[in-house]
Amino acid sequence: MGATVTTANKTENTWGGGNEPMGASYGKLMMWFFIVSDALTFSGFLAAYGFSRFKFIDNWPIADEVFTHFPFMHGVEAPMYYVALMTFILIFSSVTMVLAVDAGHQMKQKKVAFYMLLTIIGGLVFVGSQAWEWKNFIKGEFGALETKGGSIIQFVNKEGERVKLEDFVVQLPEEREQLTRSKGKWFMEEKALPTFSVAEVQAAFKVHPELLVRTEKIYRGTKEDLANTKLQPGLNKNKHREVLNRAESEVMVGNAHLVVEGANLERNEYGNKLFADFFFFITGFHGFHVFSGVVINFIIFLNVLLGTYEKRRTYEMVEKVGLYWHFVDLVWVFVFTFFYLV
Amino acid sequence: MSHAHEHVSNTKRIWMVFGLLSVVTTVEVFLGIIRPDFLFMHNFISMNLLNWVFIILTLYKAYYIVWAFMHMEGEKSSLRWAVVATVIFLVLYILFILLVEADYIYEVFKNSTIKWNF
Repeated sequence: MGATVTTANKTENTWGGGNEPMGASYGKLMMWFFIVSDALTFSGFLAAYGFSRFKFIDNWPIADEVFTHFPFMHGVEAPMYYVALMTFILIFSSVTMVLAVDAGHQMKQKKVAFYMLLTIIGGLVFVGSQAWEWKNFIKGEFGALETKGGSIIQFVNKEGERVKLEDFVVQLPEEREQLTRSKGKWFMEEKALPTFSVAEVQAAFKVHPELLVRTEKIYRGTKEDLANTKLQPGLNKNKHREVLNRAESEVMVGNAHLVVEGANLERNEYGNKLFADFFFFITGFHGFHVFSGVVINFIIFLNVLLGTYEKRRTYEMVEKVGLYWHFVDLVWVFVFTFFYLV
Repeated sequence: MSHAHEHVSNTKRIWMVFGLLSVVTTVEVFLGIIRPDFLFMHNFISMNLLNWVFIILTLYKAYYIVWAFMHMEGEKSSLRWAVVATVIFLVLYILFILLVEADYIYEVFKNSTIKWNF
């Protein structure tokens, strides 16, 4: 209250508007309050993600084994690098944004426009990169089986290397017709059929004695864990997946009821079902923020070109949209940590 | 200080902060790839030190983004407190509740006679 009274004494205009008790204009203050509420929304999502992860801490998919792709490097397993690149792109677009705000303070129209343009390009490149990441995630690479208990089993060879379904499963001459709307009696249809049926995978597994099953279970590599011969060294140096012996593997494969390829909102070949849900939801919501940020940036960019802010004698609008843009970057810093690093 | 017309160019500081954020991100990626055992194998409040390092570095980056890029350092302290304290308090609260409960559920699953992962 003290602040309000002091300001009021200065301007003698307590109720008529025009007061700025926090030293920020109405628009800027509202942008800050919007950011607070949006930050809480993202915190809620990330906390829910943390909840599910802590709940399934022993069998959560290992990010280093899921996000291994890098453009133009086919077949090379490069965890972390691509998402690090995306992070740099977003940080850099944040820098160009703050440079635009800085140029705005000096009323340099051309400079503001140039930096805004760079920011927009950075944002578009980031959204494009995210789309590529999603494509790889949805498409999947190795394929897996889901057991009747709902857990995901993957295939490895004797050396503990992952084996793709397409590398050992042969299609049998069996009839599998996808149920579509037009063939259904009522509003009936089914999801796209996977490349192979469960029976085909089971038959192929029988004739490949060198194959073993890898479960969702994770070991941390403590001394007791390392004494366990079932562990498989993974891409993530500290976390090891459990590999069953042949007899146990056969039981597991016999238990299978679904072939899972790639990821959707119901199940994914990487492991826990919630993993894909949270990935889609949080990175999707963030990507939506980036996209709307690009749209807003573009509108402000056009206004800069038209000279709107020259006429107003202030570039505060650039500052406000800048706040939003930095917030999007801020959220990504946290998403990056909790999805890819931790 | 906070009046819009007295701004001087801050480009030097902006590039400095950019350098800082880049270095911290590089360190994070580097640690994420080599994952040193002396950090991963030691726990502090039921989380390994490597994760603590990641989280602290992330908060460090967040501080610079908010203070330098969003120019929180130039705002009045009433605005700073209104925004930052609110978020920090509510986030800590929700994290505490959810993570403690999740850990409890994990224990229940782990120690129960119900076989759920098969």
